[in-house]
Parts: sequence; C-alpha cells; structure tokens
Amino acid sequence: MISHGISRSPAGPPGGFHVVLGQPEQQRGRSALAIREDGDLAERLAEDLDGSFEEVVRAYQDRLFSFALRLTARREDAEEAAQDAFVRAYRALATYPPERIRQMALRAWLYQVTLNVVRNRLRGKRLRLVSLDHPLSPRGETAWEASDSEDARPDAIYERRRRRQDMETLVARLPQRYRAPILLRYVEGLRLEEVARVLGQPLGTAKSNVHRGVNALREALVASRREGVRR
Amino acid sequence: MKSERGNGAAIESLRRLPVATAPATLLPAVLKRIGLGDAYWRLESPVGPVFVAHSKAGISMVTRAASAPDFERAFERRFGRAVAPEKSPAPAKVRGLVRNVKGQGRGELRYDLRGLSEFERAVLLKALEIPSGEVRPYSWIAREIGHPGAVRAAGSALAKNPVPLLIPCHRVVRSDGHIGNYSLGGARNKRRLLEVEGTRPALLERLAASGIRYLGNPEGKGFCYPTCGGIEDLVKTNTVRFRSEREAMAAGYHPCRVCRPPVARAS
Repeated sequence: MISHGISRSPAGPPGGFHVVLGQPEQQRGRSALAIREDGDLAERLAEDLDGSFEEVVRAYQDRLFSFALRLTARREDAEEAAQDAFVRAYRALATYPPERIRQMALRAWLYQVTLNVVRNRLRGKRLRLVSLDHPLSPRGETAWEASDSEDARPDAIYERRRRRQDMETLVARLPQRYRAPILLRYVEGLRLEEVARVLGQPLGTAKSNVHRGVNALREALVASRREGVRR
Repeated sequence: MKSERGNGAAIESLRRLPVATAPATLLPAVLKRIGLGDAYWRLESPVGPVFVAHSKAGISMVTRAASAPDFERAFERRFGRAVAPEKSPAPAKVRGLVRNVKGQGRGELRYDLRGLSEFERAVLLKALEIPSGEVRPYSWIAREIGHPGAVRAAGSALAKNPVPLLIPCHRVVRSDGHIGNYSLGGARNKRRLLEVEGTRPALLERLAASGIRYLGNPEGKGFCYPTCGGIEDLVKTNTVRFRSEREAMAAGYHPCRVCRPPVARAS
C-alpha cells in the first residue's frame, strides 16, 4: 500500500544508499512508474478523498519533507512546511470536482504546493546561510535513509558521508532561485516540463534556471575543493 | 568542454543525495489537522466492553482491550496512526448496534476499510448482507464475490475484520457445521453472539453433524441454507432435508433466490 514510485527501492545501487532516485539508468523506469501509479492514486482520490488521502501522505511524506528540508535547511521548518503542504493539498482537493482530480499531475502539484508554502514561510526572512555541520543531519546518520551495508569500512563511510554533507551544504548555500530548480530536476527527478510547472515559469526560463543552478553548484564545488573545505 | 564535464559531476552528486525520512509525527499531525484522525469510545457489547474507533471515513476498529492505553497501543500497532479518546458521546445507532448486535441499520453506518485489499473489502461488505439470526458458510461469501475458489482467503479476510460486531463476521461459519474461529475473543464469543441473535448454534451444529446442509420447502420447491428466513423453519415438520445441492436439485428443488445456495454442477 505504501509502495509508490517515489518510495525506496529494496536493492540499493552500488553507491550504498538505498535511495538514489537520480541514478540515470533507474531514472527513466522509475519516473514512468511514478507517473502511472500517480494516476492510480489520483483516480482513488477522485473517488474517495477521505479514504485515500492518508495514502497520499504516506506515499509522498519522505519526498516532500526532503524537498522542504533542502529548501529551508531546518528540520523543524521542513516538518511544518510539509505538514502545511499536505493540509493545503487536502483542503484544495476537497473543493475540486472528481473529474479535475482524476486529471491532475499529482506529483508535480504536490511539489508546487510545498514550494509555495516554503516561499510564504521564507518571505520576509533573510535566506539563511548554512554552516558546514548544520543542519541537514543534526541527528547524525539516522536522519537519512542511507545505509552503507555493502561497503562498511569506516573510512569509506566517513568519506562518503563527508562528501554528501559537503554537497548538502553547497546546495543549501545556493541562491533560492537556483536551489528549487535543481532540486526538482535532479534530486526529485521531475521532468523539465514538470519543473517549469512547479516553478510557475515558462519552459525556457525553467530550463535556464536549472542550467544556471548546476553551473553555480559546479563553481561552488570547484571552489570548495580548492579551499579544501573540511568540517 | 571542461565545464560540461564538471556539470556532469555536479548533476551526478545531486542525483546521489538521499531521501530524508519524514518524522513519525508528520502523518498523525496532518490527519488530525484535516479531521481524518481517529477517536474512540468504550461501549458495552454482548461480549463485554469493547473499544470502538472511528475516523472521518467511518468506524475504523472494534476490539476488546484490557485498558484504554492497551487499546491505543493496539490501534497504533495495527494502523500506524494514533487514536485519541472521543469527547462527544457515541451516536445512539452505534451504541445500540454494539450493545445489541441484532439491531437494524448496520448497512447505513460507514466503515473505514482503508488499508484492506479490494478482495478483503468485498468479503467484509458481503458479510454485511447476512441478516441477524442467520449464518452463511465461508464458501457462500467466496462464491458471492466472484471468487468461488478463495474460501480460505475469505476466511483470512474475515479474521482480519477490523470492525467485528458491526460487520457481522460472526455470522459466517464452516460448511461442516463447526462454528469456526472468531477474532473477538474466540469461538465462545462467536457462539454467544449467535445465541443473542437467536440463531441457536447448537441446533445448527447437530444438523450439520448429521450431514444436512439445506432445507427444502415442499410448497415452493425451493431449497435454502438452514437459517434462511430464521431458524424457526427448521423446527417445522414439513421441511425436506438435503445433504447436498445435488440431492436437492435431483429432487426437483431450485436454489432459493434469497439465500442463494450453490447450483449443483451438471455431471
């Protein structure tokens, strides 16, 4: 029941994470699956909103929470944002006729609702800069679904964790206008058309924001290596 | 060229970022805020006090428990979401049906059967059609929902009934007359409920033990499950007793349109 296209796969790729949605060879099959099951879920929602909404929360809570966490860089904010997003989504769906729900691109729409919630919360606040050890894993590894069972040598684990942490930090330091586009495109694995829709931008604009975001990230990556950024 | 390669590495790193696990508090908080959280009453039933939980979708659980905290734990274990005591009293219909299982209006209640498969839901909704004072075999349920071979699976689905008493799985018994298992406190409670409903389980068992499966009405030439229309027919002297649907049909009887016993296959 919980298993939808966006959830974790039992067999992790060689990298050692159980969840690596972005693996190119997996990406195609997985997004096709996500879209199809999305349709099933939308169908059930149209028929019985109260009966199937819990399924929506179960299916998307990890993804939307992760997305919000990378946008807000604080667990508390991310949890509240994800909560608000689901509540808003439910209230909106309750006003839609079944036909409209049936035709919805549920996944992209949920990201859109989440992004709007996060933007509203951040409005007026200065965007945070994120320190290197804060806050994407304040509770240590338990905060993530990662498992290093395949290659469990401490130094290898440490090295991977450090690189991932560096990456999280670099992403978190990107300007907000680039952060959402690259997260949606490469971390969440949305198609460009979906990214444009979520951002409320024309396809060309969204595409160029994704591209600029990746460029900015690459520059940050190069700079961080040059500076020998360490915790 | 070099920058393109760099971009590729950056993209690859992004794709490798893992999915965080949402805090366990997220789902219950959302359900509570949109009014889909569950709340429960403690009500009297013929088999003692039971806990009855409901969500916005309908009645979600009926079970016995030693205490309210025990019930809350059992609920959370089963459904993965929290349940809280209901502040307003139970509607008269729910209270009445739980106290006196043979009451009317069961079909008008809504049940929260999320998390069950389509098959399991079909089994439970079918059991809802069995009137008070009557019983049907597991095979009847399986056949009625279009899976005549899935008798055992129908039994498992009934065993998983989250809302016993209200969805009357106690009215489903074995074809050989044994009363069968019961999730709400075992066979003894099942027998007790059938007695309360006037089904006379001991009489049914004696009949089944003597090999009788159906009763025929010589006037209308229909044959029925023994409890069709109530057990009282059994006591009538003019009923004809059959050991199988084949025997009944060979004697010129046709399956009753109300209780729908099986049609004998032509051999």
